[in-house]
Order: sequence, then structure tokens, then C-alpha cells
Amino acid sequence: MSRSRFNAVHHAPWVASVGLFVIWELGVRVSGMPEYILPSPSAALAAAWTFREAIWMHAEQTMITTLGGFLIAVIFGVILGAAVGSSRIIYSALNPILIGFNSVPKIAVVPILVMWFGIGGIPAVLTAFLISFFPIVANVATGLATLEPELQDVLRSLGASRLDILRKVGFPRSLPYFFTSLKVAVTLAFVGSVMSETVAANVGMGYLMMSASSKFNVPLVFAGLLVIAVMGIVMYGIFSLLENRWTKWAVRGARSA
Amino acid sequence: MPQTGLKVSVMDSTPVTTAFVEIDKVRLRYLEGDGLALEQTSMTIAKGEFIAVVGPSGCGKSTLLKLVSGLIRPTEGKVRVDRQEVAGPLKIVGMAFQNPTLLPWRTTLDNVLLPLEIVQPHRSNLRRQRKAFEEKAMALLSSVGLAGCEKKFPWELSGGMQQRASLCRALIHEPDLMMLDEPFAALDAFTREELWDVLQGLWMTRRFTVLLVTHDLREAAYLADTIYVMSKRPGRILVRYDNVLPRPRNQEMTFRQDFGDLVHELKGHIRTVRAA
Repeated sequence: MSRSRFNAVHHAPWVASVGLFVIWELGVRVSGMPEYILPSPSAALAAAWTFREAIWMHAEQTMITTLGGFLIAVIFGVILGAAVGSSRIIYSALNPILIGFNSVPKIAVVPILVMWFGIGGIPAVLTAFLISFFPIVANVATGLATLEPELQDVLRSLGASRLDILRKVGFPRSLPYFFTSLKVAVTLAFVGSVMSETVAANVGMGYLMMSASSKFNVPLVFAGLLVIAVMGIVMYGIFSLLENRWTKWAVRGARSA
Repeated sequence: MPQTGLKVSVMDSTPVTTAFVEIDKVRLRYLEGDGLALEQTSMTIAKGEFIAVVGPSGCGKSTLLKLVSGLIRPTEGKVRVDRQEVAGPLKIVGMAFQNPTLLPWRTTLDNVLLPLEIVQPHRSNLRRQRKAFEEKAMALLSSVGLAGCEKKFPWELSGGMQQRASLCRALIHEPDLMMLDEPFAALDAFTREELWDVLQGLWMTRRFTVLLVTHDLREAAYLADTIYVMSKRPGRILVRYDNVLPRPRNQEMTFRQDFGDLVHELKGHIRTVRAA
């Protein structure tokens, strides 16, 4: 890749994001859109600054519940994915259940969680978990199930046990799939926790935006959305970095091209 | 049959007395109700013999390899290796395929060492003897012309180099039996013929028993002591050739009359089989 192409690729995300805000700002100003319908980004940022302490507190709560749910999803997803991916029987037994479960809107599950655990952080953690484990299961299972048959023959003809094959080939090979799913899952986990906080919590970004909108503080609602978006991008970026570091062999095409 | 200066014998002639691999009236059907993949097949391979199986595609050549290495069980008949009936995957086998199947997250050296992490007794000794194992792998790599590549990852190697590494992986644990399923089929002609010499060299120094499955009749004629021609599916063995070309064979020999005649005759069989 030439140096100028590299720079263009490097700067493109910043240019696009800043561009979006500029168009948004100009659109609101030119059209004279009232603030209680669509505030300008500058108004949203101003609101974010005004309420910075409240936002920090709520964002912290949302970050903790999201990561809590995500962590459970990773543990559960890897175990279930390993089981589904390495046994055809488990796969065919659980596949319909998993698909059915994934089709259920998680917002419909929140009231049940509230009945069981009351209002607060626990339903948020669990919603984040429920919404984010599926891609992890699916990806880990795919990574394991798509092992080349020849490679399995090579290992089996050396006397490798199923566990050997899993350890030496299965897990390293599904690592890129796993990291891809982490990036998807962590952003989904934000969706889950914020959704639950919106309906059933006294703290967290969802609650903050809900109460702001009930007071018609629309700039604060948008400030909340921006904060959640930034948290999502940061987490995605962290997992992207880890992916590049640990599975360089799988992204070599993009690097050496 | 035309005289070629090569000993030609039809199947079921002389039984080999020092059989290492015995395939005894084996039939194979993959699934109940399916047609036979392999019609009644018998074959004996002596210890240290290099045999090649040629035949039209889909004739069950690869099935034969899997039967011998114990990855599948025959529907009828018996497979014996070293006088023991094969009941499960054998542990004395090295395998290489058309696809080198190297692990992209391991360096070439670590790929070659993989069998030692699995096969006993090496596996238990791995930690203590790591250094010695690595030296052994390096020596093997340099014997196939891969000296200096041990720290490279497979994707940094050319197709031919990957296949060399794959051969090393198949040999590192010093297997008695080597199963080669069209190992050079995906390579360009120059690389392929270079690797014939590499394989011949390894075989001549170590004398493992080889089952080579190939489409390439020249490859079979260049490498094997004995060549079996298989029929269309359901596969069975039609003809057996004892290839008396002297060793070591070299590229110059492939232009000789007797080499050409052998390939020509094999070609004749394949043509008849395909037309049948």
C-alpha cells in the first residue's frame, strides 16, 4: 500500500465522523429545527458538559453492567460453543432451541427478569448477557466445526484424542472467529444493558435518558446516545487491537496487501 | 501385451512372503444401501516397499489409504499391518495430502514438531528433549531444502515449500508407514518433479513403507517399486506392475524408452478403464 493510500485509509474514519457532525449541525441550524425535536450536536455536547457529573456516574454504572453481562456471555458462550461445535449430536439437539431463543426480543424478557430480581443492576447485567452470548456460541462453534477433514485425519492417524485435536487445532483455529464475535457481542451487550436500564432501573445511561426525555431535555438524551456510542466504539477498538495482536496470522491478507 | 523390458504381472500372482501391509479381500460400503466404494480388493506390501496406486478419479484410491491407516473400517475382509489386524487409527503412520494442511498460527518448525506433541513416547519426553527434537526437525527441514525457513510462517512459503514442510511433518516421528494422497497434485510441473527427487531421497535413506495415491502416471513410474491400476468405482485392482527401473531414478531417465513405455502402458490401462 502506498503511503498516501495508507494515510487516506487512516484518516477516513475521522473525516467521516466529523463530517457527519458538521452536516448534522448545519442541517439543524439552516432548517431552524426546534431543540426539543432534534438538538444540534453542539447543543448535545453542551448538555453533556453541563451534566458531566451525572453522566459520568450513570455511564460508569452502564459500563459495569455491560461488561458484567458480557463477561458471563463470553464464559457461557465459549463453553456452549465448544460443545455445539465439537459434537454433531449436541449441535442438532440445541440448534433449534438456540435459534428460537435468539429470535425472542430481549426487551420482552426484561419484565420477567424484573419480576425475579427486582429493579436495578441485575436485570441489566442479565439482559446484556442474554443478548450477547449468541454470536459467541455461533462463531466458536463454526470455528470448531469447519476443521479441515484432512487435518483431522493427520492428527487421528497420530493417535490424537478428541481433546488433543481441540487443543492443538480446534481452539487456535477458532480464535479469529472468537474475536470477531467478541466485537459484535460487546456492542450488543450495550444494547441489552441500556434497554433494561431504560425500562427498569434507577441508575445507568438508559435511566438517565429516560428521565431526561420525560423532562423534555432532548439535548441530554442525545448526549446520552453519544456517550453510549463512544463507549461502544472504545470497547470495539480494544477487542480489535487484541484480535490484531493475537490472531495476526488470520488478518495477514489485510496487512501484507 | 507389448514387451517393455519391465516385469509385468497380473494380480493374484505371486504372494509376497514378507508382507508388512496385507489387504485381504476387503470390500467397503460407506453407508448402508449405498453402492460399494471398493470392490473386493487384495494387496500385500512388503516392508520398505514403495507402491503407487493409480486410477480414474473417484475410484476409491483415497479410501484405500484410509482403510490401511485405520481411519475407516472395511465392510468385509481384513486389513493387517505388521501382522496385527487394524482396528483403529494406527499410530505409526505419517500422512500428506494435496493440501499441505499446515497450521497458519505455527511457524514451520512448530508445524513439523506437531506430531511429537501427540505421538507417544515423544509426547512425554517433549519438555525434556525439546532441544534435541528441534535439532532433528531442523535437520529434516534442511534435507528437503528448507534450511533457514524454520521461523517462517506457512503463508510466507510458496506452495512447493509448504508441501516440503508437510512431508517433514509426516516424517518427524519416524513412522513405518507413509500415506501420500496426491501430495504433489497442486504444484507446478517443475516443483513437482523436484519434489519427486526429495521424496525419493528421503525414502532411500529411511526406507519407510509408502502408499502413494496419484493421478500422475509419470509420478507413479518415477517413484514406485510396484504400481497398481484400479478400476472405476467400485474400485478394484486390475493390474500390478513391478517397476524394475534402477534406483536412484533421475530426471534424465524419464526420457528413456523403458520409462516412456511403462507410462504408455499405464495410460492404455487407464483409457480402457475409463471407457468401460
